[in-house]
This record gives sequence, C-alpha cells and structure tokens, in this order.
Amino acid sequence: MEKFTTVTGVGVPLRRSAVDTDQIIPAVFLKRVTKTGFEDALFANWRQDPTFVLNDDAYAGARVLVAGPNFGTGSSREHAVWALRDYGFDAVLSPKFGDIFRGNSGKQGLVTGQISEADCELLWSAMESQPGIELTVDLIERHAVLGDLVVPFDIDDYVRWRLLEGLDDIALTLRNEQAITDFEASRASWLPKTLPVRHA
Amino acid sequence: MGSSTQPVPAPRTLAEKVWDDHLVVKGEDGSPDLLYIDLHLVHEVTSPQAFDGLRVAGRPVRRLDLTIATEDHNTPTQNIDRPIADPTSRIQIETLRTNAAEFGMRLHSLGDLEQGIVHVVGPQLGLTMPGITVVCGDSHTSTHGAFGAMAFGIGTSEVEHVLATQTLPLKAFKTMAITVDGTLRSGVTAKDIILAVIAQIGASGGQGYVLEFRGSAIRALSMEGRMTVCNMSIEAGARAGMIAPDETTYAYLKGRDHAPEGVDWDDAVAYWNTLPTDEGAVFDAEVFLDANTLDPFVTWGTNPGQGVSLSDSVPNPAEIADANDRAAAERALQYMDLVAGTPMKEIPVDAVFMGSCTNSRIEDLRAFASVIKGHTKAEGVRVMVVPGSARVRIEAEAEGLHTIIEEFGAEWRFAGCSMCLGMNPDQLAPGERCASTSNRNFEGRQGKGGRTHLVSPLVAAATAIRGTLSSPADLEG
Ligand code: SF4
Repeated sequence: MEKFTTVTGVGVPLRRSAVDTDQIIPAVFLKRVTKTGFEDALFANWRQDPTFVLNDDAYAGARVLVAGPNFGTGSSREHAVWALRDYGFDAVLSPKFGDIFRGNSGKQGLVTGQISEADCELLWSAMESQPGIELTVDLIERHAVLGDLVVPFDIDDYVRWRLLEGLDDIALTLRNEQAITDFEASRASWLPKTLPVRHA
Repeated sequence: MGSSTQPVPAPRTLAEKVWDDHLVVKGEDGSPDLLYIDLHLVHEVTSPQAFDGLRVAGRPVRRLDLTIATEDHNTPTQNIDRPIADPTSRIQIETLRTNAAEFGMRLHSLGDLEQGIVHVVGPQLGLTMPGITVVCGDSHTSTHGAFGAMAFGIGTSEVEHVLATQTLPLKAFKTMAITVDGTLRSGVTAKDIILAVIAQIGASGGQGYVLEFRGSAIRALSMEGRMTVCNMSIEAGARAGMIAPDETTYAYLKGRDHAPEGVDWDDAVAYWNTLPTDEGAVFDAEVFLDANTLDPFVTWGTNPGQGVSLSDSVPNPAEIADANDRAAAERALQYMDLVAGTPMKEIPVDAVFMGSCTNSRIEDLRAFASVIKGHTKAEGVRVMVVPGSARVRIEAEAEGLHTIIEEFGAEWRFAGCSMCLGMNPDQLAPGERCASTSNRNFEGRQGKGGRTHLVSPLVAAATAIRGTLSSPADLEG
C-alpha cells in the first residue's frame, strides 16, 4: 500500500444519504475472479441514469467523493471498496460511515474522513457551483481544502497511522521481515519443498 | 547442558509443540502470534483475488517452493479433454492457470498425473508431513492433521497474506482430546468414528479447539482412515484435527516423491518421534468414545451432527430437550422429507456418490469395490464413483477396480470434488436423495433441493446394491 499524506483532485458531490454497499456495487458483480477491474461496477445501477453525477464529464478523473450521511452501510462486501478504488477514488468524505465499510477501506488505502453535516453542505454547494473543481484531502492535518474553505475531518488514529505509513496487514507483518528471514534460516532441510518437482 | 538445575519443561500436547516450533514472533498484549507456514496449497476458487492483491501491491510470492496449486472444485469429471462448458468454472480455472504462470507457481492442471482434490494431492506427493503447518483456502485442510501436522483452512485475504509473507498472524487455540479406545467391529470404519464423534459433541462442539484424536482405535487406523477422521474435524466446528505420527505415518510417507531421503529421513523421524503429546499434558476438554460398540453411522438431517446408527430410526424431534436443536431437527426432517420413527434402513435413495476429500483415496475405492464385486446396482439408482486424484484413478485401474465398478453399473469418473459440492455439472436434482461418502449434508450442498445422507464407503456400496440405506452385513442371508 502506498503512503497516504495528501491527495488533490476533482471532487464529486454525491447528494444522497444512506448509500449502502448494494448501491455502491450490485451483487451481480461479486462472481468475478478479480479484485481489480470493478470500475464499471461502481454505482452500476445509478450510472444507467444519464443525469447521475458520475456521468457528467466535468467530473472525469474524480478522486474525492463527498457523500451524505451513512455511506457504505449494509453488506460487508469488500468489493465496494475495490470498486471505489478502481474508479480512482482515494478519499470519501461523509458525515457518517458504515462500520464495516470503514474497516474495509482502511485495509485498501481508501481514506474515510468524517465531516459535519454543515461542512458537507458547504462542500456540495462549492463543488456544484464550479463542477470539476479540485479539492485537497490532507491526512496529516486532518482537513480538506477547497479554495478558501477548510473543513476538518475525523479518522481513527490507528487507521490514520497505518495509512500515513502505507501499511496494510501484509505490510505490518513484513515489518517482521528480519524475524521471518531468521526463522527461515533455522528451518530443517528435510521440511517439504514443492520445487524442484521430484519423482521418487 | 543437561545440568540437574535445569527446569523440567512443562508437558505439552502435540498441537502446542507444533505451534511453538513455528513461532516467528510471539504476540504481546493480546496481539496475535506470527506463525510460519510450511506448506501452502492453492486451488482455483479462493485464490484469484489473492493473486490480484499481490499484483496491485507489486509483491512476489515469497516461497514458491512451499506452495503448490491444483484444479479441483470446478473441474468436470467427464470429457476432460473438451473445453469446460460452464463459463464461470472455465474462467476460474483459466485464471488460476494465468496466475500460476505469471508468478511461477507449480500447478497441476486437469489432465495432469498429479491433478486432483488438493487434500488428496498433498499427502500423495509426500508433501504433507508430521509437525508441519499447512494452510489452504479451503476448510477441509484439516485432513492433513492425520500426519500430525497442524493444518487449517483460511480465507482469501489470508491466502494473499501467506503468499506474500509465508506467515499468518494467529490467536492461540484450545485443545480437546478425543480418545477412541477399543476395536472396531467388521463393517465399521473411520467414517463411522468421526460421524459418531460429531453426533456426540455437536456440529459446533469443537469451536475454538484443535482436536487430537487418540486411543487404540485411532492407532489401528490406516493413514487413509486417519485422513477421513481429521477431514471432518471441521464439521464439528474445530479449527483443526490432529493425530500423533507413528510407524503407520512413516510407512505411508517413506518413498513418496517429496518425502525426505537418507540422512534427512533419519533426522526427520528423530524429530517426529518427539511430537506426540507428553505424558501429563493437560487438554482443555476431553471426550471419550467406545469403539467396541460402534455401529455403521449415517446422518438423517442437514448438518453432520444429526446422525444415528444405521440400525436406529429417524429421531423424533419432540424428544429433543434443547429447543434450538428441536427446531433444527424439525426443519431438517421437513427438508429431508423424513418421518420420525422410520427405520434408517428403510430409506430408499436415488443416488450414491462415492468420492470427495473425505473418502476418495485408493483404500476407500478398494473398500467400495470389495462390497459391490459380483453384484449389480439396484434398479433406478444412479451410482457415481469419483477418485480423489488422477493418480488414484490410475492406481485403481491398475488393480482392475474400474472394471468391478463398471460391471456393477456405476459411472467411473475422472478426479475432482464433483458432487461433494456440485460446482461442476455433477449435481443432484431437486428432491433427489443421495447416500454420499462426502462431508457435508447441508441443504442444497449437492445440488439445489438435493437430500444428502453421509455414509462410509462400505455403507455407500451396500446401499447401491440394495437401493435403501444398508450396511454390508445386510447383504448376507
Ligand atoms: S471434495 Fe468437497 S469438501 Fe473436499 S475440497 Fe472438494 S469441495 Fe471441499
């Protein structure tokens, strides 16, 4: 996972609340064998509506999603996070997140910043008055900046630390790389090896 | 060195010894231990997203020499030289092939001599050994515990974790001793032992435990039988099942492709001999079963704990004290279309499935063939025999078992999971009833609306002859 400090990019105002993970990615896409390539699955049902915000060319290349409260509730599918990441989002700001979704996000390097409802409204208005405007999400300072507007957000300390350090579970284990390597050096020579292929 | 002041180490169980010997980092303040994984088995269903995760993070597989893949869940058992018809199955298998090629992983594909159910292939190659840690993205990884290995199933994110680091963060477990003493009567097998154990402790009775099977009846089992017992530990909810290694284990291993040789063999045996649970070691729970009185066992319900002796009748839910168990039994009887009080032996079946990682090894096929030899199958019963691996199939054919099977009127298929879970075309039709040597009798497991009775290979064979649930003893007289 890459270290996350700040991200600057086009912001998308998603004026909806209680966006559950079934909406973020419909169940029909879960049969796939990949963890990538879900960009077309993101909000797939809503995107069939030409007036849906992501169908507006002004928001092409978006990296920050600003959504209403209770974003990511419902089913635990990690695919919801994969789809947002694949589409290009690095951060979602919302007044409230579904717990499981927020946990899954931390594992996949997606920042979930909790903002006040008033600030959410301010960001929406600013983005809608200038579609395609960029905003900056600063994880060190824990705030988002859009022009003169500076909006603080909350994020779990441990998740923030892992994101700043760029650590996923595997990366955390790899902090013990030396211990793993030392352990490997002590392993007996008779232990099973799948390679090279042997025929008795 | 050997000074008399040295503290005597506390007696430990087999499971604790294996755990201790794989500690890379001891977890502190409630964080998990980091354990080294000696052998990682991979198949097509639970690996695609794990490979993708590696790709996204730009990580290689840390130890390709401790990893091996095979195709099993989706593979057809007929016409294996033709393209796989179902697109989802085909894509999963093709994805494994691409991933294995890209990462350099050893893969045994459909048509290959070593292809087969992942839990049959590992032991057959001599890769599964005493005292090692084995993982696979599949719950029946517990099978490998038959060798005195610590073996458990993992999820896709953990598959990625092991591919990348060859370790897993794990929380400690509890230990349960299951002692089976006595001598099995003729016609009673390892499958009956484990079905009886699960009926005794319940389908969640082993939760949080590593089971250690011990006692004279376990020691008397062949490796195939021990694998059957450990395979179904997971059906009692346990994390793993283990059996201490002994001469039977060593005899099975010796000379296999990847078994240690020469000095390595001697060193290995010396270490393996230190593994059995120490005298005085304490288990968190203990269970006892008398092998002398055990009958062939069969399930009547929709979880593996819902079983009775074949000579018993379908139980009456009204007589079950626990309200949850009673409700579950009522639901199960409805799904299974069974009436309380019906003698199990009067239940007719539509199909018999002989296969799965529980009972598809050469010894299982021999047992099945020994009963059906000289008989023809019952009218209208579909009988399918699916060897666990391509090598088992070849071995069986060399012994002429396929001729016995085909003359009996059964279908002799190619290796794979097949009707154990029906991811391939081998499925029950709605309402069909099957005597199956597999491990799960869940609703719809063998096909939507299908009804499963879990049985041993001997009972499967006798049932295929008579058309109703039967043991070989019922064929006499
Ligand atoms: S045979 Fe059945 S239980 Fe065994 S690995 Fe295959 S699907 Fe799973």
